[in-house]
Amino acid sequence: MAMRDVLCEELYKLMQNDEKVVVIDADLAKADGTFNLRKSFPDRAFDVGIAEANMTSIAAGMSSYGFKPWITSFTPFVSRRNADQIAISVAYSKQNVKIVGTDPGITAELNGGTHMGIEDVGILRSIPNTVIVEIIDEVQLRKAIPVINDYHGCVYLRMFRKDCPIVTKEDYEFDLFKADTLKKGVDVSIFATGIMVETALKAAEILNEKGINAEVINIHTIKPIDKETVIESVKKTGAAVVCENHNIMGGLYSAVAEVTARHCPVKLVPVGIPDVAGEVGKLPYLRERMHMTVDDVVNAALEAKGLL
Amino acid sequence: MDLKEICKEIRCETLNCIGSIGVGHIGGCLSVAEVLTVLYFKHMNVDPKNPHMEGRDRFVMSKGHAGPAVYATLAVKGFFPRSELLTLNKNGTKLPSHCDMNKTIGIDMTAGSLGQGFSCAVGIAIASKLSKDNAYVYSIVGDGESQEGQIWEAAMYAAHRKLDNLIAFTDYNGYQIDGSLDEVCSLGDLEQKWKAFGFDTVVIDGHDIDAIDVAITNAKDCKGHPHMIILRTVKGKGVDFIEAKKPGNHSMSLSTDDVKNAIEQIRRR
Repeated sequence: MAMRDVLCEELYKLMQNDEKVVVIDADLAKADGTFNLRKSFPDRAFDVGIAEANMTSIAAGMSSYGFKPWITSFTPFVSRRNADQIAISVAYSKQNVKIVGTDPGITAELNGGTHMGIEDVGILRSIPNTVIVEIIDEVQLRKAIPVINDYHGCVYLRMFRKDCPIVTKEDYEFDLFKADTLKKGVDVSIFATGIMVETALKAAEILNEKGINAEVINIHTIKPIDKETVIESVKKTGAAVVCENHNIMGGLYSAVAEVTARHCPVKLVPVGIPDVAGEVGKLPYLRERMHMTVDDVVNAALEAKGLL
Repeated sequence: MDLKEICKEIRCETLNCIGSIGVGHIGGCLSVAEVLTVLYFKHMNVDPKNPHMEGRDRFVMSKGHAGPAVYATLAVKGFFPRSELLTLNKNGTKLPSHCDMNKTIGIDMTAGSLGQGFSCAVGIAIASKLSKDNAYVYSIVGDGESQEGQIWEAAMYAAHRKLDNLIAFTDYNGYQIDGSLDEVCSLGDLEQKWKAFGFDTVVIDGHDIDAIDVAITNAKDCKGHPHMIILRTVKGKGVDFIEAKKPGNHSMSLSTDDVKNAIEQIRRR
């Protein structure tokens, strides 16, 4: 099932159970899956037009009145474009607004470089009072949405809006502040988020054939990062790779480095967008172009271990 | 006390407030004293003893740098002791330069990054409509602030939603930091702009308490449209040496003697 349809279903459940939940769009409701909510909740699901700044501050105003707004748009428009509205109307003012950014990084595919949020995590991470979550598949999304709704504050959720390979097991429970160790290992830590989680798991299989037992951890919450899990893992493995669908500056690589540099310095090799602008293309091409393939993760692990 | 006397009190307390730290946004505070008086002492359903009262009217000072004028109004109204006004911008204060809903009792919305407060007010007006509590949402927008694109995003949407519970004001004092609006970036025909955006719009003397009262009453009677009351004002109103400094009175130093002289002037009028 497409992630946007799951988003719609889960928001529908929230709205049914809680009349304070509202969903606001800026003319991308049909793209993000939230359009049909208007049939059931014509007063509480609405569009402000192509005006993301206004959408964000309106959401903050509604939050000040006790409502629980969710706002959605493509990743760059809901983060980069209205960074100041998030910073002041929402985060500084401690408002309870949930921000959904779809198609982060290279998942913008044929919309191309103008539509690729490759800096959104970096922007949001440096704003106090924000929580940043990246979701990998529909199972995790279904578990995460009620937890995020119950958290009072500014939460930014980035996710691909189309079909995602399912990595998460059905009995999974989402803990907003706890990273998920998907595969135990002792030789190298692979911290991954978003579409790079499945890539990391495939890389771990190849590394296994080479005699390297990798630990794969899904950092779904990039801020605040689960320091304990990161430290525990690298203390055990002594080397790490960080995989993300974001510029390697400011995102998960930076977040992990901030933890390890202080608490347990180890060699840390990034796999992500290497500070170059996006471009149009389908995912396989863009993964090659940005060095975000399974082989890139394998090579990064070998480099981290001093074997390359 | 009649509204004119209350307004004098608010002006004097604004001067005491900014004077306590010796510098601040005095010009754009003194220009909104009358409208704050009419709102808080005539029209707004608020209770200083119960500042978070459900269903109360809300106020958003979108030109957040006029915080000290709001603080003076709230103190005169009884939300907190007047002595607290002397803590403006002191270390750890509850009264920062720009309005902060998490720091100051009686402040409904944080503002300071221009353009955002008015958008928030639109959100509050939608929330009030959804809650069916018949509350009014008042917001003061700066004339310079009206150069921000977000003001017009919010205006377009407020009219689209027919938010007749939104009563906005422009403090049209004609000056911004870098000069007069007409030198920097003219607003052109502001009245026609708001009308074109679908607002029930009037232009009045922003220092005429009766005119403000009538304009708000008329706005409440006009259904189906949001409202814009353009206040023709004087930046630094009420104190000759502050008025004379425009646009330098946007933020200016005030010595103890300046405050004393200014208060004497206001009391004499």
